[in-house]
Amino acid sequence: MRRVLLALIPLALLAALLVVIVQWGPADAVRGEDYPPLERITFQRLTLEPGSIAINLLNDGPDPVSIAQVQVDDAFWTFTADNGVVLDHLARTTLHIPYPWVAGEAHVVRVLTSTGTAFEHEIPVAVETPTPNARFFGVFTLIGLYVGVIPVMIGLLWFPFMKRLPVRAMDFLLALTVGLLAFLLVDGASEGLESAELLPESFQGVVLFGLAAAGAYLLLEGVGAWLRGRRSSVAEGRSGWVLAVLIAVGIGLHNFGEGLAIGSAFALGEAALGTLLIVGFTLHNTTEGLAIVAPLAREGQRVSIGDLAKLGLIGGVPTIAGAWLGGFVYSPVWSVLFLAIGVGAIAQVVVQIVRHMTREGSVARVLATGPVLAGLFAGFAVMYVTGMLVG
Amino acid sequence: MWQLTRRSWLRVTGLASLAGSIVGGVRLAGQARQGEGVAHHPAHGSHVMGTVGRVAPDGFNPATYLKAWNFNDLAPEERSKYYKETTRPDGTLLREYEIFAADREIEIAPGLFFPAWTFNGQVPGPTIRATEGDRVRVSFRNLGSHPHSMHFHGWHPPAMDGALAGQEVQPGETFVYEFDADPFGLHLYHCHTVPLKRHIHKGLYGAFIIDPRSSSPSAPLGAGGGRPPADEFVMVMNAFDTTFDAENEVYAVNTVANAYAHDPIRVTVGRPVRIYLVNVTEFDPVNSLHLHGMFFDIYRTGTSLTPSEKSDTIMLCQGERAILETTFRYPGDFMFHAHQSEFAELGWMGLFRAEAPLT
Repeated sequence: MRRVLLALIPLALLAALLVVIVQWGPADAVRGEDYPPLERITFQRLTLEPGSIAINLLNDGPDPVSIAQVQVDDAFWTFTADNGVVLDHLARTTLHIPYPWVAGEAHVVRVLTSTGTAFEHEIPVAVETPTPNARFFGVFTLIGLYVGVIPVMIGLLWFPFMKRLPVRAMDFLLALTVGLLAFLLVDGASEGLESAELLPESFQGVVLFGLAAAGAYLLLEGVGAWLRGRRSSVAEGRSGWVLAVLIAVGIGLHNFGEGLAIGSAFALGEAALGTLLIVGFTLHNTTEGLAIVAPLAREGQRVSIGDLAKLGLIGGVPTIAGAWLGGFVYSPVWSVLFLAIGVGAIAQVVVQIVRHMTREGSVARVLATGPVLAGLFAGFAVMYVTGMLVG
Repeated sequence: MWQLTRRSWLRVTGLASLAGSIVGGVRLAGQARQGEGVAHHPAHGSHVMGTVGRVAPDGFNPATYLKAWNFNDLAPEERSKYYKETTRPDGTLLREYEIFAADREIEIAPGLFFPAWTFNGQVPGPTIRATEGDRVRVSFRNLGSHPHSMHFHGWHPPAMDGALAGQEVQPGETFVYEFDADPFGLHLYHCHTVPLKRHIHKGLYGAFIIDPRSSSPSAPLGAGGGRPPADEFVMVMNAFDTTFDAENEVYAVNTVANAYAHDPIRVTVGRPVRIYLVNVTEFDPVNSLHLHGMFFDIYRTGTSLTPSEKSDTIMLCQGERAILETTFRYPGDFMFHAHQSEFAELGWMGLFRAEAPLT
């Protein structure tokens, strides 16, 4: 009982302090009574329907914001608001603007607050926003298949070839995998941090990214330990399989983030930019299949077609789910979160492979060999070149 | 800087009894209306260009401004505080005006407020109207937070220019401008304190009309002086840069975006109409007026009684002005707007509504 009381005393004092601050507002004394309000509006989601634009807005500034007028392409336009036009801190509203937008062309939506402050959102290429109906479900599934499942599967087909390679070539292949993954790691991290910067400040995007990545890393570490424990009781020495599964899971999580990016490109009215993106991801992701089977080939294990297919599905199918989520319920927060999880997962896989490679010697000795260095370099180069198609 | 908002505005004007009577709680009324959310839902399936909602009815009234000069929109007792005319021995008038500068937030589109600098609490400032040969005496009192001045277009000696170094009127100070009304025409006045762009686009300008003296001594001096009688309207083309990036967000004629689109200007078929059109638009090189379905006679700067051309579109540079005369032939709505589509869609569009004459 006394322990509870001791825990509560600081809390009670804190509450009292908050009351004092809110009541007498020392911040106001600093600001002065006629200081203009700090207004900030973030565009959350934009939906294009035939003859109408809907935008979801979030006030992520400290002061209330009152939306006075809307201009589309430098013209005042009528609108209705779902949730009123006065937004408190972190309040949202959706504006419906009956505007005859032109497919394939650019538009600019500008929101003017009561003080005349303007917030703009550009639609680079206007395309009707998909609604969750059967057709778009199908389209997103197809995109997911093209980008995720099929390329990964094709990459897996290198397995028989790789199995016939000499041992030294295997070192090269594992190093190649590390190179590929390291590229994805940097790529995913930069993309995730970029998205994090775009989040409303209240969501603290960078912190969110860091924590989600660390969480994913630790979670996969646990899963790996559990898998190894299970496998070792069944068949000794199948560490190559465990590693392949872990890589597939890591790549799957990464592909979920990619699917999200593609789906959300549609959601944000940038769908027409998506085709090149899809071609790029398709080529890019073939190399991911390679990464998954490399440890299996090195161990020289027998793997059934069914097992290979399983690995391919683990690595590829999340792309479809990501595209669904990105396309239908997109919010930038998801983007940051899943890119972070992908980064954490890949980091864990890279560590796994390096551990695997260095079982027989010191890290420096194994990594500094010719085949390994060549593999690392080749992995990076392959990703870099195919990545040019995406960026 | 918009240091003075409504509260400090009231504080300042509490000292100035002159000002208190004209300017009320516009900001309050506007804010109260804001809370109700968006008032007007467009008809389903139609695309509706223009502003949403209406400005507070107790603020600046664009409909009144059209026909207000020499404070004739005020009750006689109230009017006498701002305007006085005395006949001089030669039959001309001495016209005395009380003008003050004040900071004030004005509603330039429904729910959209602009931290303006104003003459007598309004943008454009009160229209000053004299007859050729009258003596104009303007007592200008600066109740604003920055130095200001009044610079009149028309004949005047340099001491009355308001633009030369040292001619700024400091906050709290008063200066009396005095000159003969000459030449007849349509002119304007504006603050000429630097930085000029800011002092003008913040709202310190107004129309200055000098009527020609009647050509025959027996003809009465009507509202239009020596011009034939007509329904007369003052239109000042202006714009507002609400984000202070040297580009205008809102365009209008007489300040309030789309005001005359929501509340058309009433005219009568067969009755002459005269428009006093002034362009003070800052940042954009020109502005224009185009009237649908009609043509008008153009008197550039209003300095001649013979029209220089007939057109349905007139372009004016900043500071240029023209008198337009026409007569509506058909009843119904006639759109008028800037023939720069951008300006028109950013608020500078209105309607005339012509009605058959009462018989």
